[in-house]
Amino acid sequence: MENIGSFIDMIFVTAKAWILALLGQFLPVWIVVLASIVISGVAILCLGPVIMMYLTLLERKVIGRIQNRYGPNRVGIWGLLQPIADGIKMFTKEDIVPANADKLIHLLAPIMTVVPALMIFVVVPFGRQMTAADLNIGFLYFIAVSSITILPIFMASWSSRNKYSLLGGMRTAAQLISYEVPMTLAAVPAIMMSQSLSTNTIVLTQAGSFGLNWFIFTPWGIVGFIVFFLCATAECNRPPFDLPEAESELVAGFHTEYSGMKFALFYMAEYMNAFTLCGIAATLFLGGWQGPFLPSWVWFFGKTLALICIMIWFRGTFPRFRVDHLMAFAWKFLLPLTLVNILLTALWQFTSASAAWLFSIMILAAMLYMLVKLNRVFVPEKRNYVLAD
Amino acid sequence: MELLQLGAKFGIYAVMAAILVFALGVVTFRNLFHCALCLAAALIGTAGIYIALQAEFLAGVQILLYVGGVITLVVFAIMLTEHLAGKTVRQNNAQSLPAIVGLAGFVTALIALILKTPWPVTEAALKAKTSAMGLGEALMGTYVFPFEVISIVLLAALIGTVVIAKKDAPEERP
Repeated sequence: MENIGSFIDMIFVTAKAWILALLGQFLPVWIVVLASIVISGVAILCLGPVIMMYLTLLERKVIGRIQNRYGPNRVGIWGLLQPIADGIKMFTKEDIVPANADKLIHLLAPIMTVVPALMIFVVVPFGRQMTAADLNIGFLYFIAVSSITILPIFMASWSSRNKYSLLGGMRTAAQLISYEVPMTLAAVPAIMMSQSLSTNTIVLTQAGSFGLNWFIFTPWGIVGFIVFFLCATAECNRPPFDLPEAESELVAGFHTEYSGMKFALFYMAEYMNAFTLCGIAATLFLGGWQGPFLPSWVWFFGKTLALICIMIWFRGTFPRFRVDHLMAFAWKFLLPLTLVNILLTALWQFTSASAAWLFSIMILAAMLYMLVKLNRVFVPEKRNYVLAD
Repeated sequence: MELLQLGAKFGIYAVMAAILVFALGVVTFRNLFHCALCLAAALIGTAGIYIALQAEFLAGVQILLYVGGVITLVVFAIMLTEHLAGKTVRQNNAQSLPAIVGLAGFVTALIALILKTPWPVTEAALKAKTSAMGLGEALMGTYVFPFEVISIVLLAALIGTVVIAKKDAPEERP
């Protein structure tokens, strides 16, 4: 029983090692080194688009159920072939480039969006020993690469020569820069407690008994996780933070002028970002692949998909933010909260468990009360204009 | 293994050449937005060189701060002055020839200096810790004073920005 469990747990790692051993029998060492890189790379390059395809289906199904309808169910059983049909449709559509557009940048932008989205997959720990590259700066790499995602969106919005695109680009810049700050700071407690930037080490420190010593079971973990998850939702432009592509205000924002497969590439990047951000959130606070009984990669994908379902639930539930509310939420509410949370983590480290719980809850309650009070929306008194009628 | 190392060597030279090409693009393109994009590419290439020199932390910070922060602000500024984005601007004027002569002199002096320096490789330098942990210990230990001074300077800059950006309160009418 034990053996079967560990076999299923390590099935992908074993498969890769087996292929490499087979190659090593009749090929020189340097080809085996290359092959090791190529196998991981190909796995990621296939995983990314497949995840994107089936996330679109999942999203349409769940949103459909929320809106009391079935969602796609015509192509294949349960609509399982719908993403493939969508892909064929996208490939055969006419590619329209506006006459005044900056042709080269208009072409480069959708290609460039996919690159950082795929690059983040490299540091996501999918399971025990299943990190493609266990960098010792893993989390910093993630933050740095995801900060590049702004540039292609800018390129798309600027090269389209369309005022709606440009407005969408400006909103993206403002939003992504603002939410990157609380997102990074929200993750700092997890890094402090695991004393490492490597995503794999962060997961390993959350082992405990039964693999249940997750950071979310501490006061600072809950606050950090909620802030990180909200910022992650904003970072991948998903509702209720989807101002850059608000269709009721900006047609489609930065990708108004894109059609066919170029448009699909923007969508692909968005869904892959949603997946990796949820994966990193699970890694930092939900214990990554740690968990009792089930194989490690089942735990990782389960947690990540659960977070994605919450994102879809957000989309089905919340109306869109107003621009000034969006900014105020990041700078006046989330940022101070994360700063207090970092201090709280230090306090947690140096006090005994029961006292730490008491202190933390008191400080957090006081802080939340203060922030809500300070952020109260100013509503002017109702005035009667006597001469207006 | 030799083949891999040779490949890596050629890769680094290719990255360096690309940085030079993009840097030339920054100063020759006539459209400000194209210049900004070239600058971003050159900065990413620099991060690639840091990675080749095994300074991963520096590479990450380089991309995070320069590409994610500075370039985004530059592009943001370009987009705010929208009439500039579509227009093409000449980047050189009549003074370019004396500038090139001056630059050539400077570069020769620099190269002469670089070639004269012995660049000692010591055992201690080879063993130096470049990991994130070593950097953190250095910042919190040896270099704690400059680190704190820099934070105060940044705080002052932040407050200064707020003061400059703040609109004066409308004067009370009598």
